[in-house]
Amino acid sequence: MTYFADVAALARKDILLELRSRDTLPAMLLFVVSALVVFHFSLPSDASATASTGLLWIALLFTALLGLARAFSAEREQRVLDGLVLAPCDRSAIWLAKSLGVLAFLGVAEVVALPAYGLFFEPVGWELVAAVVLADLGLAAVGTLLAAMAAASRARELLLPLLFLPLVIPVVVGGVGATVADDPGRYLGFLALYDVIFAILSWASFEYVVAE
Amino acid sequence: MTTSEKYVTGAYLVVLAVVLLYVVLYSFKLSRLEREVAALAELAERRKAA
Amino acid sequence: MSLRNNRAVLLAAAASVLLVAGLALALLWAPEDADQGFSQRIFYVHVPIALTAYACFGWGAWKALRLLWTRESRYDLESYTAVHMGVIFGILTLVTGSIWAKISWGVWWTWSERQLTLFLVLFLFYCAYFMLRFSIEAGPRRANLSAVYALFGVALIPVSFLAIRLAENFIHPVVFTRDGPQMSGSMFLVFCICLGAMLALFASLYTNELTGKRLDARLRELREALE
Repeated sequence: MTYFADVAALARKDILLELRSRDTLPAMLLFVVSALVVFHFSLPSDASATASTGLLWIALLFTALLGLARAFSAEREQRVLDGLVLAPCDRSAIWLAKSLGVLAFLGVAEVVALPAYGLFFEPVGWELVAAVVLADLGLAAVGTLLAAMAAASRARELLLPLLFLPLVIPVVVGGVGATVADDPGRYLGFLALYDVIFAILSWASFEYVVAE
Repeated sequence: MTTSEKYVTGAYLVVLAVVLLYVVLYSFKLSRLEREVAALAELAERRKAA
Repeated sequence: MSLRNNRAVLLAAAASVLLVAGLALALLWAPEDADQGFSQRIFYVHVPIALTAYACFGWGAWKALRLLWTRESRYDLESYTAVHMGVIFGILTLVTGSIWAKISWGVWWTWSERQLTLFLVLFLFYCAYFMLRFSIEAGPRRANLSAVYALFGVALIPVSFLAIRLAENFIHPVVFTRDGPQMSGSMFLVFCICLGAMLALFASLYTNELTGKRLDARLRELREALE
């Protein structure tokens, strides 16, 4: 079971680093609340529930992007990624650990964002929470892989949103659909399908992304 | 020609135009390759002479 | 080398014959559709081009898989060329689809046309593919990343399609309904010829493009050897 021990060790490292430096998470929290406030001013007064739900999901996407942009920045700044790759662990363990870290940060951000949304806009139902949880899995899985890709390129912060947004369009559809449609089960099922497909794909292909 | 006939013709012409544009761009590439080959041939000549 | 040359010439000849025959048949011989009239004929270019674009992306993903499997660098060029062709056919799909929308419903764009929306998403995705490639130095790293991304692309195709279908329920009610063309036998024949023509066009352009890129690479090597 050393695989999971590796994953746990790597994930712990990331979370501890964040707890000590405290730069990414506060930024994400502040960003998501600021975005919600901006949305209040950008929506017309007779906007529907669907519109504000859509904007919540946009806010969550961009908060995720913010967190992902920093996912590999620490490694890059200290060239630790090469060391990690040489470490005697399965490369996909790195992906899993990073994804769990990203998931944790997203979760914390949403613990703040959802009540804020409930306060500023519409009350939050169980479908929204379920959708957010499922969406987070997909966003973390795909985002971590893409962040690793972007980290390898010259364009970095510019490239990650370009790679990320087309791939997560289905997540937005699933999330908004689960919140506003009559039959949320279908959309939640779709989100689960997305998670499974892209988590497996990301897990399997991560070693090719970090290999030299 | 009715409007819809014009649009359909337009669509077919767009396809033709894109393919021909591709041919034009490709001929530019070919002439660049030719120049490159000529330059390399000259380099090889100079090498042989030297 | 001569064998490869022959294949390229044969493909180009086949593509030309099929394309001319297909388009001529589509415009002149195919029976007029009862409901949509002459404008239905755009279907003979739009759908084959769309299917060919899917074929390009699928071919690119297959070559990408081969790259990751065998680590032979030639697959990178083949995958890249296929994706490149796919984007060109994708643009053509969007343009002909837009014209079709204009004919059928009077608007240049409609979100209720699923294929168009799907192609827009894919177009964005594969444009990002090029941004990815252009921002990394040539080498095995770029080849690997491009290959993984191309694989994600084909996974995205069915997932996006499903998403677009699901989205229709709450975003745009399906205002514009269109029966899938109920094709008679001769219509289907013309469609198949046009499909074959577009696929042959892809194969021919792909072969030429690949030869050109390989020549580029070899010339660069020669230059480095000579200087």
